[in-house]
Amino acid sequence: MDWVNAIVQGVLLGGLYALFAAGLSLIFGVMRLVNIAHGDMIVAAAYLAMVVVQATGLHPLASAVLAVPLMALFGYAMQRLLLNPTIGKDLLSPLLVTFGISIILQNGLLAGFTADSRRLAAGGIETASVEVLPGLSLGVLPVMVFAASVLIIFALELVFYRTPLGRAFRATSDDQEIAQLMMIDRRHVFGMAMALSSAIVAIAGIFLAIRTNFDPSSGPARLLFGFEAVIIGGLGNLWGTLAGGIVLGVAQAIGAQISPGWQILAGHLVFFLVLAIRPRGLFPRMD
Amino acid sequence: MGTAFTIQRSTRTSRVTAIVALLLVAVLFAAPWWAGRANVRLLGEILSFVALASLWNLLAGYAGLASVGQQAYVGFGGYALFALAMFLGVHPLVAIAAAGLVGALVAIPIAPLLFRLQGAYFAIGTWVLAEVFRLSFAQVAALGGGSGTSLPVGIVAGIAADRALREMLLYWSALAIAVAAVAFVVLLLRSRAGLALTAIRDSEIASESLGIDIWRTKLLVYVSVAGLTSMTGAFIFLQKLRISPDAAFSVNDWTAYVIFIAVIGGIGTIEGPVVGTILFFLLRETLADLGTTYLILLGAVAIFVMLRAPKGLWGLVVQHTGITLVPVRRRVVFPKNS
Repeated sequence: MDWVNAIVQGVLLGGLYALFAAGLSLIFGVMRLVNIAHGDMIVAAAYLAMVVVQATGLHPLASAVLAVPLMALFGYAMQRLLLNPTIGKDLLSPLLVTFGISIILQNGLLAGFTADSRRLAAGGIETASVEVLPGLSLGVLPVMVFAASVLIIFALELVFYRTPLGRAFRATSDDQEIAQLMMIDRRHVFGMAMALSSAIVAIAGIFLAIRTNFDPSSGPARLLFGFEAVIIGGLGNLWGTLAGGIVLGVAQAIGAQISPGWQILAGHLVFFLVLAIRPRGLFPRMD
Repeated sequence: MGTAFTIQRSTRTSRVTAIVALLLVAVLFAAPWWAGRANVRLLGEILSFVALASLWNLLAGYAGLASVGQQAYVGFGGYALFALAMFLGVHPLVAIAAAGLVGALVAIPIAPLLFRLQGAYFAIGTWVLAEVFRLSFAQVAALGGGSGTSLPVGIVAGIAADRALREMLLYWSALAIAVAAVAFVVLLLRSRAGLALTAIRDSEIASESLGIDIWRTKLLVYVSVAGLTSMTGAFIFLQKLRISPDAAFSVNDWTAYVIFIAVIGGIGTIEGPVVGTILFFLLRETLADLGTTYLILLGAVAIFVMLRAPKGLWGLVVQHTGITLVPVRRRVVFPKNS
């Protein structure tokens, strides 16, 4: 039963990783940009949620009302001011600019909130659980996170394939120049993609803050988990990313079952294993 | 009508540079006699960053392999040195070279795996690799596990009889590593492989159609940079005398600083990393007391340079004066009267 339990918890953890990954996957799909600051933005959103809760007394989950639009605004401004000037020139410039943003965010959080590790109390949700089978119980929060990630991926697919904004995303992704000729303002489309990605980051940050301890240096690990979920799942496939997150979560849960020191390592090793046998991921869609 | 011409690479400035560089190496070689102990130590550290930055620049600026995971090899080299010295009784200075060899060997199977990741995803893949190394070495109880280990006194004393000589030998190995790294970059770029690299950077498709084996060229660069980075890492932790997984595989110390150096100095130039290192240490010695503010400042400066002057400080110098101290390009020279 221990093993079944570990795998079930791993699957649910995969939902959180898919949330980390969805925003990363979205901006890579639209503008071929890899945002190294992605993990730090998730942690920054966790702190933002904490500040909102402290200032307004809202329930942590309700802090999304402020955290989501604020993060989206931050993402849009960051894209227009710092990233757009570097897009399209070469690979290195956008990468290094996001690396710089990552360092600024990490140290800014360190200066503002110290290195103490924090957690958001959410009135018992974080510890509540339901026993589904004798010896197997599901945490209410992990199930909520998983459901949220399924909903968000569903909504993203809708945005991509059913709205004018999604059409602009796909057009820009296919051919930037032709999209420009069709009166699509590339700078704005990129800004909107980053805003959408940052909105998902905000939700991921809130769940992160309730689910585990976080501190200013916990960003890079979130980036790596999200990245691994994207690659394992296959580029350009959002449902694949969810599958990738689940594979990663299960690998980590099994690793942790063997020895605590093996939890994260097992996830990384499975990532390299997938890269070795299926370089394009399990469910690739994009070339 | 055929016009007589010659192919030239060296210019007058480059010949002067070569002489000045030789003089500089001689002056640096004599540092133990003209600088105090603390300064010699600092010089050793500066030289190790010259090596790291030049190597990263070769990887990212010339071969298009944007890595944010070179700390994998810095830490691996350090651990290899500790393991060779502690378990096999290898003399630490010999172990520096051996660590480089082991680092290059380890990189050979890793490179094909990482090369499967395209472009920017390659960067994050290298970071995952560094994490795998960090977590793996944290599992090795014989090397102190997660809390790390110190180099036993007996081994340290075995480097040389007295402390002064020991510090001189250590410093000279740093000088040798830095000179070797810079010389390697220059010689590689002037060779056939260097020509291939420049071609690949300008257009992968065109160079492939001309018969350049992109994959092999990149492999050559990745593996040799891994080896030299491991050597540098071995020196760094021999000087520190203590190693732990978090220090050995620190992304801030061995990648963020190195990238900052290359960016402000000038990515894709030979001179850039050297200029950048000098600037970085000037900043560090004056501003490091600011703590987190200092790091925020470094990040902001790097972003500003990337946006306003992507070729860095040295790029600006070249743009305004046309000087190249270390030419890698060839020029066609026609006789004056033709």
